[in-house]
Amino acid sequence: MLELFKPLDRKLLRDLWAIKGQALAIALVIGCGIGMYVMSKGMLVSLAETRAAYYERYRFANVWAPVKRAPDALLDTIVALPGVRRAETRIRAGVILDVEGAVAPITGEIQSLPAIRGPHINDFVLRQGRYPDPVREEEVLALDAFAEAHKLLPGDHVHAILNGTKKKLTITGLVLAPEYVYAISPGEIVPDKKRFGVLWMSRDALGHAFDLDGAFNEAVLLTSTGSHEEALLDRLDRLLKRYGATGAYGREQQISDQFLTNEIDQLETMGKLLPPIFLLVATFLLNVVIGRLIDTEREQIGLLKAFGYRDTTVALHYMKMIGAVTLVGVVIGIVLGLWLGHGLANMYQDYFKFPFLLFRAPPDVYLVAVGFSLLVAGVGTFSSVRRVVQLDPAVAMVPPPPPDYSRSARWLELLARWIDQPSRMILRHLYRWPRRAAMTCIGIAMSMGLLIGSSFSLDAMIYMVDISFNVIDRQDVTVSFVEPRNIRAIQDVLHAPGAISAEPFRAIPVVLRNGPRSRREAIIGLGQSPELSRVVDTQLRPVPIPEQGIVLSDKLAELLQVREGELLRVEVRTGRRPELDVPVSGVVKTYMGTAAYMDLEAMNRMLKEDTAISGSYLLVDPDHTEAFYQALKNTPVVAGVSLQEQAQKAFYDTLQESLGTFVFFNTIFAGLIALGVVYNSARISLSERGRELASLRVLGLTRGEVSYILLGELALLTLIALPIGALLGYLLAWTLVQSFNTELFRIPLIISPSTYGYAALVVVLSALASGLLVNRRVQKLDLIAVLKTRE
Amino acid sequence: MDNKQLPAFRAEGLTKVYGSGESTVYALRGVDLAVPRGEMVVLLGPSGSGKSTLLNILGGLDSPTDGRVFFDNQELTAFDDRHLTRFRREHVGFVFQFYNLIPSLTARENVALVTEIAQDPMSPEKALELVGLGQRMDHFPAQLSGGEQQRVAIARAIAKQPRVLFCDEPTGALDSKTGIVVLEAIARVNRELGTTAMVITHNAAIAGMANRVLTMADGQIQHTEVNARPCEPRELSW
Repeated sequence: MLELFKPLDRKLLRDLWAIKGQALAIALVIGCGIGMYVMSKGMLVSLAETRAAYYERYRFANVWAPVKRAPDALLDTIVALPGVRRAETRIRAGVILDVEGAVAPITGEIQSLPAIRGPHINDFVLRQGRYPDPVREEEVLALDAFAEAHKLLPGDHVHAILNGTKKKLTITGLVLAPEYVYAISPGEIVPDKKRFGVLWMSRDALGHAFDLDGAFNEAVLLTSTGSHEEALLDRLDRLLKRYGATGAYGREQQISDQFLTNEIDQLETMGKLLPPIFLLVATFLLNVVIGRLIDTEREQIGLLKAFGYRDTTVALHYMKMIGAVTLVGVVIGIVLGLWLGHGLANMYQDYFKFPFLLFRAPPDVYLVAVGFSLLVAGVGTFSSVRRVVQLDPAVAMVPPPPPDYSRSARWLELLARWIDQPSRMILRHLYRWPRRAAMTCIGIAMSMGLLIGSSFSLDAMIYMVDISFNVIDRQDVTVSFVEPRNIRAIQDVLHAPGAISAEPFRAIPVVLRNGPRSRREAIIGLGQSPELSRVVDTQLRPVPIPEQGIVLSDKLAELLQVREGELLRVEVRTGRRPELDVPVSGVVKTYMGTAAYMDLEAMNRMLKEDTAISGSYLLVDPDHTEAFYQALKNTPVVAGVSLQEQAQKAFYDTLQESLGTFVFFNTIFAGLIALGVVYNSARISLSERGRELASLRVLGLTRGEVSYILLGELALLTLIALPIGALLGYLLAWTLVQSFNTELFRIPLIISPSTYGYAALVVVLSALASGLLVNRRVQKLDLIAVLKTRE
Repeated sequence: MDNKQLPAFRAEGLTKVYGSGESTVYALRGVDLAVPRGEMVVLLGPSGSGKSTLLNILGGLDSPTDGRVFFDNQELTAFDDRHLTRFRREHVGFVFQFYNLIPSLTARENVALVTEIAQDPMSPEKALELVGLGQRMDHFPAQLSGGEQQRVAIARAIAKQPRVLFCDEPTGALDSKTGIVVLEAIARVNRELGTTAMVITHNAAIAGMANRVLTMADGQIQHTEVNARPCEPRELSW
């Protein structure tokens, strides 16, 4: 038996070597799919495991319960609540930071530090330096990313406005904290290490600064396993109501974890959606290439069978060939996946601040990769292998009769009258083998679709940012006050140098309830027709805020399952804490967050308060921004500053880094697919029609004329594939848009003409490259052989 | 210079060597040859005698290792690939043993494929009439018999009004009756259009229709026989 195999195996190796270009092209497409899978699945697992380990080791809280002011003694009551494993109280407040060299004021947070070492819950990693000396009030720890962005080291100083008093603080150590894996300022959309700082200061010092001696303004809790979080949140809210609780929340509303979850979800979607597309293309390619290869080998197959090789032995011979190509693809894929995975891990390490992030794909990822590839290979080549089994040796050894082209479409013949013979050959060939032409076309179209589907997100993001910063939020600066202030405070802000105009806003913490559904949100109160920060509808027309009722973003309405005209229970978590039913007077399309809006006056009426505001949106004279920032840095009532221009810049930078890299790799992948499809089609066409083309050369057709017949067909197919590819791209983008619909983001389905153009260009260039590769072989056609041999 | 006085082809010391060292094979060993204009020449010889190699070199498909070939007063052996293509395109018609028609083109279109790029072609219809296929012009190769396919191939070869027609075993794949119909088409072209025709065959019976019979063996022309009274193909039998 072994002896019987030997010559066949040698044939296998030589055959593989002979089609090495094609085999490699298929292996590369399989490799891209597997690589994508290993990368996204491995990254997903690594990220999820890293997060779990980090949270576990540093006891990331399960529940946060912010209050205005509550006595420390309340901790015992909190700990006694059912479902609480451990609880801690702390002080956490917004601060304005000023670092040497920074022009604009920086928004930040400051947290209290227990007298001894770090906190138990929400502990952190001390990366560098030491804990502050409890008796030295000016000593603080700083978030590593922030310090790094400003080149701050232990021993350096920062200025902070703590509850209206500017203090000079000394950094003693740099930390990484699970609460700030994704260090983002509330209300922003991308992290900006430079623009968001976190400090930790001794509890006593912070208590003095914020008049919270013997009191806390946030409780953090670890829950016991199996406890009912909703019930605990309700109990906490009831318990802390009289202390000004704004509403306890769990991890799913903790901003850093929310973003991290979002990223993990996106990876999961990518890992589910993109690799199957590559593998589908690989199935196509295998089907086409192996099928046609077997057609060209039918005489050999007949001969082997005539010699007495069993059907299964001959079939096994071809299955080994398919298996070898597939396994090369898997190896390429795993190597590629690991390489990309490590690259991605490095990128994430910069983006998400973990103390450690190792890319490690679990063994089942590889097993799934191998399994799927073999499945793909099996499906792709099943019909071809079956043909090998069924081929009758007597039939196989008689060369096939010339293919019959007599049954042609009438429209084709009408068209044929107007064109030259080579073009007729192209059209009739396509018409004669429609399935083959369709396969090639769809293969090319898929590569284009993949490219559009993966790079459209850049268009969508840019659109989203453009809308957010230039249509919705047109202010230059958003200033938040420490406490709500009378609307007259607007005048003070307007007095700052460079301030051109100002519009007030009020943000209040609420719980919105519709039956069993509830959300902890903030309602933004705006003037009736604001000019700076506006609410717009899907056509981007400004929507005036109705005097009555509440306007919800579509996502929030969807989450609460509430429609326009229905009543929504609003439980205010500040001031007199009124609870009332408010009609939903409008639902607007938003791409970010889950916003709710009200008329400012209506809001204040609801709160039974005078016209109080939380802050103001400002337009600032670009020539005077420095003076304006300087004034802000020294304004004690300001708790937070958000700068549109810098936020926008941070967003674009992040996009370039992350999505840009992603698009770059997808370009290569899509190019490889197009190359694989076109090159394979051309190569097989050449081996099938080599004799035909060589006879044309003998008849005196030039190399160019002969190339036209072969490559013109592929050019035509590529051309037909372009609109199909555009459609597939649109569909893929649509699917991605549906699956990226989260509380944080909704990606609009925006595909710019340049993305279509770019995808088409990549496909055309890849087709051109494969055309050139094959053309070299057309140039070397053996003219003499055709005179003698048949097939 | 009066071209009519020149032979269609003249070859001097043609040598073709394949391989090197111990595996060296001599396909041609110093062949000298002159083919007069308008003649029907039959090249006889067993397999491996070098007749195909000679025809390939004369037809501009291959180049000799040594020696020179002249077509009119142009030296073919000095041509580069582009010029050889032009030479084939303008002056040479080829007929293959296995017809090598384009299956996706009808008989008429197969001929038109060549007339479209020729300088002074006859119409495809006339060429097909000449080989007796006026009635089957719009049939595809798959709808034609072997003999009919070969006659389409001849029509395709002569439609450009070539100066020379090279036929490599034109009847090799056909039965004798069909073969004779094909040979008649070749003879008619040679006679009516004055096209110099060179036919390779290992079928000695075909030699009867030639003006000149070259017998090859071991890469050399063993002897040349001039036939004063060539017969009609229909008088042949094998």
